[in-house]
Amino acid sequence: MHVAADAETVRADPGEAFRTLAREQLPRLLSTARRIVGDDAEDMVQECLLKAFQRYGQLRDVAAGPAWLTSILVNCCRDLARASARQPDEIDFEALEQFSLFRHIAYEDPYPYSDSLHLDFLEEFGCDDVRAVVMRLPLTYRVPLVLVYMEGFLAREVAEMLDVPLGTVLSRLHRGRKLFEKQMWEYAEQSGLLQRKDEP
Amino acid sequence: MIGCREAVQRLWEYLDGTVEPDERVLVEEHLARCRTCCGELEFAKELRRMLARRPDGDLPADVLQRLDQTIEELGT
Repeated sequence: MHVAADAETVRADPGEAFRTLAREQLPRLLSTARRIVGDDAEDMVQECLLKAFQRYGQLRDVAAGPAWLTSILVNCCRDLARASARQPDEIDFEALEQFSLFRHIAYEDPYPYSDSLHLDFLEEFGCDDVRAVVMRLPLTYRVPLVLVYMEGFLAREVAEMLDVPLGTVLSRLHRGRKLFEKQMWEYAEQSGLLQRKDEP
Repeated sequence: MIGCREAVQRLWEYLDGTVEPDERVLVEEHLARCRTCCGELEFAKELRRMLARRPDGDLPADVLQRLDQTIEELGT
């Protein structure tokens, strides 16, 4: 839980107020960065902290500190992605829209001896597998997915962080979820998670 | 009335609470008579739980320590 420093403390010793906020939010920032940029997370948090410290005087509402820090972090991550940009693979959104992981699992029936097919499929995924699947998504869709479903921000908060309309975030979330489901299946196939279980 | 395709397209938004009230009614009407889509709904809930799962001790202590040192040095 975020305990905001009161305005008087911030005025009296802004450096200390910033350090308190940064320390409190550090685990969450690092976790978010790892989910968005993987191995570059430490560098991104480092850069975020430096930028945030320089701009701390611009923070009007100390209670908004966590979202403000996350916003700076996300922008550092986007800058990194732009700098190392490669052409993203073309996505067939029409075909993607028709994809349902639930129905695909039922159709493919990877564990024919199971009576809880869908849960068995999900149980094959450890936290590292989930992170690896998320990392396969283009950044445009990965960022809102991470912030809303992994970090618990509201879509409207994410819209403010990314400085885009709410409708854009909702649309990216929709496509991001579909891509996530599709990538889960592909990852499971490629990583051997679909090896038949309980086969006599 | 909506069909399975339209209902499935709205399931996550339904769980997020971001569908319009009239669409929410349509999804609920469909769920009331479609067992397959109820399965889809439960599966979507499990997927969301999986995404939100946070493993204990996930963050590397050495990285946290270095970043904490950065914070300590800022402005001092």
